[in-house]
Amino acid sequence: MDIRIENLTKRYGPQTAVNNISFEVKPGEILGFLGPNGAGKTTTMKMITSYVNIDEGNIFIGGKSIATDAASLKKHIGYLPEHNPLYLEMAIMDYLGFCASLQGVSKSEIPARTREMIRVCGLNQEKHKRIGELSKGYRQRVGLAQAMIHDPEILILDEPTSGLDPNQIVEIRELIKTLGRQKTVVLSTHILPEVEATCDRILIINKGNIVADGTANTLRKQAKGQEVLQVTIEDGDPQEIYSKLQSLYTSQLVDLVPEQPHQFLIESVTEMSSKREVFKLCVQNNWVLSELTPLETKLEDIFRDLTLN
Amino acid sequence: MDVIWTIAKKELRSFFDSLIAYILLGAFLIFTGFLTWIYGLGGGSDIFMRGQADLRVFTEVAYWVLVVFIPALTMRLLAEERKTGTIELLLTKAVTNRQLVLGKFLACVLMIGIALLFTLPYYITITTLGDVDHGVIICSYLALLLMSAAYIGIGLFASSITDNQIVAFLITFFLGLIFLVVLRFTTATLSGSMGSILNYLNFHTHYEGIARGVLDTKNLIFFFSIIFLTLQLTQLSLAKRQ
Repeated sequence: MDIRIENLTKRYGPQTAVNNISFEVKPGEILGFLGPNGAGKTTTMKMITSYVNIDEGNIFIGGKSIATDAASLKKHIGYLPEHNPLYLEMAIMDYLGFCASLQGVSKSEIPARTREMIRVCGLNQEKHKRIGELSKGYRQRVGLAQAMIHDPEILILDEPTSGLDPNQIVEIRELIKTLGRQKTVVLSTHILPEVEATCDRILIINKGNIVADGTANTLRKQAKGQEVLQVTIEDGDPQEIYSKLQSLYTSQLVDLVPEQPHQFLIESVTEMSSKREVFKLCVQNNWVLSELTPLETKLEDIFRDLTLN
Repeated sequence: MDVIWTIAKKELRSFFDSLIAYILLGAFLIFTGFLTWIYGLGGGSDIFMRGQADLRVFTEVAYWVLVVFIPALTMRLLAEERKTGTIELLLTKAVTNRQLVLGKFLACVLMIGIALLFTLPYYITITTLGDVDHGVIICSYLALLLMSAAYIGIGLFASSITDNQIVAFLITFFLGLIFLVVLRFTTATLSGSMGSILNYLNFHTHYEGIARGVLDTKNLIFFFSIIFLTLQLTQLSLAKRQ
């Protein structure tokens, strides 16, 4: 099932939480939803899960509109809300059974599904406890387990790794990645390395508007059209190397790295690469090229660029 | 129906898990037992002194106890779900507002039903004491259950408009005092069109009507419309969040 969002708008009083956004998520795709607090991520997710009503626009899941077919569509969605609300007084097994039965899992399949989720989410040692006795990380796992209990085709995860320790984060990311091969996954997060590690596509949203949409690589290219190389060239006079690098037709700007006499930063002319020219230059002059690293714009910088204005 | 039953079962279970059920059952049985069999309502009106094999004292005491206990039962139903955010969890599953409200309502009515069931030994004892009008007793149980159901509807609605359980309790209790208690004693003094509206809303008249052993449709309609109306309002109040 795919998700298609068309001109979605949501207002709270005078405030526009989500402003006319459109995007699509295909099956087998993991979409990372990024944005500062209050950007409209959670509101969008709540509209996809039909917890809040849509003001304008529409959401189609598998071709059916959420406005008219919410009741039947909800069975295909697994949702982990922000802050992961849970019934603390319930035992894990009972809780998962309860969720399964609400989602229409047949009575005979519930024990198997519950066991499966306990295994997948690593809850085996804790399975007889009440949810209130669990640590935050384990509660998060219970939250994920209830979202996936009915094997939904669509997973909406609002900050799935919050509160987990680094090992658990890696595990949960792996889990999401594995699941993402067959399902349509939308996840929101503040943690930038997380989107890079898990998501096929990134959507950055700011003040209710989509400000960027693409893979981590395309976003980098968009953010910075020019290639930046960090090179170290030895066995030559730094002054001479500097002037020759600057005279390359592909280089726009060459910078010296302070306290590293043989290291230079080369910014190429837009849409050109200086890699080959630098290599040729070294060969011609018998210099030793001991480092040539393309510097990537960090996702953090892109994020800041796009959301800080 | 499956979903409603799943929610009702979970809710009933949490009554028993959180001791509410035991406190309710304990207090209900102690109060009604003590006043029915030992003390009576006012000097020497316990069942042995009355010289009549009926459950008038029991139903009267039960009526009063329910006025206090039903708000305690209903106050957390939706208020707590709103406060902890679990309502989002429920309503994003394949659950409609209606199913959620009906499930919670059913759980409370069943809880009161269980409490009443525990008083069946009273009935059995009475039958050994003398000639019992079985119709009247069955009707008074029915009247208690219907009155409770309507009052639960009010409580459920109160619980849906706030995320504070105390507020939900107070609203329900206050409305209960007016419709179940105050109006009962002011009936005679009210006149005019306003008076007749208030008299119509007096739960006790309708309750008494059924408890006397007459299944007058007028009284049944009253309770069923209160139930229908309050449950409808509760659904509306849930839908408003969107």
